[in-house]
Amino acid sequence: MAEEVLRVADLHAWYGESHVLHGVDFSVHRGEVVTLLGRNGAGRTSTLKAILGLVGRRTGSIRVNGVETVAWPTYRIAHLGIGYCPEERGIFSSLSVEENLVLPPEIAAGGMSLDEIFEMFPNLRERRATAQGTKLSGGEQQMLAMARILRTGANLLLLDEITEGLAPVIVQALGRIIVKLKERGFTIVLVEQNFRFAAPLADRHYVMEHGRIAESFSAPQLASKTEMLHEYLGV
Amino acid sequence: MSTQALFGQLLIGLINGSFYALLSLGLAVIFGLLNIINFTHGAQYMLGAFVAYFLLNKAGLGYWWALAVVPVLVGVSGMVVERLMLRHLYRLDHLYGLLLTFGLALILEGIFRNEFGSAGLPYSMPESLTGVYNLGFMYLPIYRAWVIVASLAICLGTWFLIERTKLGAYLRAATENGALVQAFGVNVPRMITLTYGFGVGLAGLAGVFAAPIYQVSPQMGSSLIIVVFAVVVIGGMGSIMGSIVTGFGLGVIEGLTKYFYPEASSTVIFVIMAIVLMIRPQGLFGQR
Ligand SMILES: Nc1ncnc2c1ncn2[C@@H]1O[C@H](COP(=O)(O)OP(=O)(O)OP(=O)(O)O)[C@@H](O)[C@H]1O
Ligand SMILES: [Mg+2]
Repeated sequence: MAEEVLRVADLHAWYGESHVLHGVDFSVHRGEVVTLLGRNGAGRTSTLKAILGLVGRRTGSIRVNGVETVAWPTYRIAHLGIGYCPEERGIFSSLSVEENLVLPPEIAAGGMSLDEIFEMFPNLRERRATAQGTKLSGGEQQMLAMARILRTGANLLLLDEITEGLAPVIVQALGRIIVKLKERGFTIVLVEQNFRFAAPLADRHYVMEHGRIAESFSAPQLASKTEMLHEYLGV
Repeated sequence: MSTQALFGQLLIGLINGSFYALLSLGLAVIFGLLNIINFTHGAQYMLGAFVAYFLLNKAGLGYWWALAVVPVLVGVSGMVVERLMLRHLYRLDHLYGLLLTFGLALILEGIFRNEFGSAGLPYSMPESLTGVYNLGFMYLPIYRAWVIVASLAICLGTWFLIERTKLGAYLRAATENGALVQAFGVNVPRMITLTYGFGVGLAGLAGVFAAPIYQVSPQMGSSLIIVVFAVVVIGGMGSIMGSIVTGFGLGVIEGLTKYFYPEASSTVIFVIMAIVLMIRPQGLFGQR
C-alpha cells in the first residue's frame, strides 16, 4: 500500500469548553479519495479544522507525511502540502476573483498553472476580472474555492461539503473534477452529506458519529453496508 | 473679511486635515486587522514628536533623519506592545483593547508630563523648508506645503499598498477571515504585529511632521486624538479611502467654518459626527 499522507490518532478537540471530538482515528494513503460521512453535527468539519489547528484546543496525534503536527501553529501546517476548502467556501469579498484565485501562497513545487486551472474551470477564466469574489454564483464560488488550492502545490486536499446547495449539473461537474484530480495524483478527503455523489468517487469511507469514527469500509464493501449507512446517515 | 484670510484658513484646514488623515488612516488599518480601537494613537503621535526632539538634541540628528528613523522606532515600540499585551485580547470584547490602549496612553502621557512638564519644547524647522512661496493671492509657508504634499503622498501610497498589491490582498483577506488565511500557510500573527507597527509608525511620522509646527508637548496627542476619533466615526471604522477623504475633507470644513462662523469651528466636526451617526451609523464609507 502507498505511504500514509495523513494519520489521525485519538484526536480530541474543543471549542472553548465544549468537547466536540472524542478520539478520532483514521488514515489516508497517497492517491486515495476518502470520505468522512455522518449526520449534521457528527464532527466532520471539526475534524478537518482540528487537522489545520483551527479549533480552540486539540490533543492526540496528527501526522502529515509522517510529521507530527498536533502542537504546530496553523500557518505552518499548510506547508506540509495541505489545501483546504472550507464548508462556507471562504471567498473574500474585498478581493477580486483573480486576487482570490492567487491568494494562497505556493507551499510546494508542482502546483497547477493558471492555464491548467482555467481548463478545468472554464467559468473562472471568464469571470477572473470580476471585482468582488462574492459576486460570483454559488457554484462559481465553489469552483473558485477549489481552484485556488490547486495552484499552491498542495497534494492533500481537505474538501468540506463541496456539493452543498448546488444544482445537479454543477454537482456532476464537481464529480468529474474530483476524478481528474485523483488521476493527477491528488490525495483527497471529502466531507460529504451527499452520499450518492461521494460513493462512486471514493476508495474508502469513514462514518462519523458523536465526534468519533463509528465505521469504516472500502468501496467494494459498499453494497453490504447500505443498511448500516441508512441507520447512521438517515438516508 | 479678505480672501487672504479665507485662503489662510483653508491652508490651516489642509494642514489639520493632513494630521487627521494620517492618524485616522493608521487607526483604520489597525482596527481592520486587529479589531482594536487604538486609543494609544495620540500618545504614539506625541512619542514621535518627542523622539524627533531627542534625536536632534541628544544625538544631533536633524529633521530628515527623524523622518526616516522615528517611524521605525515608534513602530517597533508598537510591535513590542502588540506582542506583549494586545495579543492576549483579540479573543475578548472590543472593550478590553480599548481599555488597555487607553491606559497605555495615560501612562505614556503621564511619564512625559512628569519629565518635561506641560510647557511645549521648541523644534526648529529644517533649513531647507523655511521661507514662504508668494502665490500672488497669499503667502504659502514652504514647510506647510511640504507637510500637506507629503501626507497626501503617504496616504495615497498606503491606499495603493493595501488595495492594489499582493501584500494588501493578504491584509484584506486576513481582515475578513484570518483563520482561513492562516490555513493557507500565511503567518497571520506576524502580519498582525507588522500591521500594528505600521499603523503606529504612521502616528510617529505624523508626530515628526507636527514637531516644527506645533510645540512638542506631552498633551499634543490627547487634544488631537479626540477629533481624529470623530473623523474615524464619520468616515467609517476601518475604511482606508474613507479615512483619507474624511481626514482632509473635515480639516477643510473646519477651516472654512473658522472663516465664516468662527464660533462653531471647534464643534463643527462633532456636529457632523452626530448627524452622520443618526443618518448613516456605519460612517460615510463604512460597510454594513
Ligand atoms: N465554533 C463552534 N463552537 C462551539 N461548538 C461548535 C462549533 N462548531 C461546531 N460546534 C459543535 O461541534 C459539533 C460538531 O460540529 P461539526 O461542524 O464538526 O459537524 P459536521 O459533522 O461538520 O456537521 P454539519 O456540517 O453537517 O453541521 C456540533 O455539535 C457543533 O454544534
Ligand atoms: Mg460540517
